[in-house]
Amino acid sequence: MRSACAGRRMGFEFAMKGEAVMENKNNQTGKQRAIEEYSKLVERLAPKSDMAQGLWRAFITGGAICVLGQIITDFFAYGLKWGMQSAATATSICLIFLSALLTGLGVYDRIGKYAGAGSIVPITGFANSVVAPAMEFRREGLVMGVGAKMFTLAGPVLVYGIGSSILVGLICFFWG
Amino acid sequence: MLDMIFMYIKAFVVGGILCAIGQILILKTQLTSSRILVGYVTAGVILGALGLYKPLIDFAGAGATVPLTGFGYSLAHGAMEAIETDGILGAFTGGVTAAAGGIAAAVFFGYLAAILFKPKMKS
Repeated sequence: MRSACAGRRMGFEFAMKGEAVMENKNNQTGKQRAIEEYSKLVERLAPKSDMAQGLWRAFITGGAICVLGQIITDFFAYGLKWGMQSAATATSICLIFLSALLTGLGVYDRIGKYAGAGSIVPITGFANSVVAPAMEFRREGLVMGVGAKMFTLAGPVLVYGIGSSILVGLICFFWG
Repeated sequence: MLDMIFMYIKAFVVGGILCAIGQILILKTQLTSSRILVGYVTAGVILGALGLYKPLIDFAGAGATVPLTGFGYSLAHGAMEAIETDGILGAFTGGVTAAAGGIAAAVFFGYLAAILFKPKMKS
C-alpha cells in the first residue's frame, strides 16, 4: 500500500521532469534521462518498506534466539550452579544442537527466510552453516561430501576467528 | 525476579540490535552470509582484544554472547587469558580451548544431522 503511494508520487515527479526536459527540445535523450532518473528514484524510495520490515524481523528473531540463550544460561548457571564460563559453553552447545536439529528437519531454512540476518548472526547461524552443506553434499560420500563440505562456510569463520585470536595473543604477549 | 525479567529484555534488545546491524549490512552492501559470519567473528575478536566487548556481555548476557561476535570474543579472551599462565604457547592454545565446546558441537551435531536427515527437495 505504502509503496503504491510512493510509486504514484514518483510517477508524478517523473511526469514533471519529463515535461521540463521536453521543453529543452532534447526529446530522445531527455526521455532516456528521465527514465534513468525514474529508475534511480524507484531504487532510492521503493526498498524502504522492505528495509524496515527486514530490520524488524531480524531484530525480533535475533532477540528471541538470544533470550532463549539467556534462559539456557540461567538454567546452567543458577539451576545447576555451574560456573559462568561453563554455562556459556553449555549454552553454545545446546543452541548448536537445536540449530542442527531444526536444520535437519528443514525448519531453520524457513526461519531463515523470515528472519534474514536474525538467523545468521547468532551462533545458531554458524551451526546452520555447518549442517546445511553437510546434508546437501551427503550424496558425494561421507569423507569428501559430508566431511569436507561441512566446512565450506564454517571454514572461513574458523580461519579468520582462530587466526586473529592467535594474532591478538601474540600482540598481548610481546607488547602487553 | 524483576532483575531476571530485566536481564531477558536487555538480552533481547542487544541481541536483536546486533542482528539488525547484520541485516543492514546485507541489504546495503550485498554481503553474502559467509562474509557476515566472518566479519562478526573477527569484529568480536578485535572488540574483545580492545576490552570493548566485555562491558556489553556484563550488560546484556546472552544478548552479547549468543551472536557470533561473542564467539569471537571468547576466542580473543581465551588467548589473552592463556598467555598469562602458559606464556607464548597460550596464544596458540587459549583461543581454540575457549571456543572448543562450540566448534566440537558444530562438527559433531553437523555430522549426525547429515547422516540422520535426508535433505528436503527444493520445491
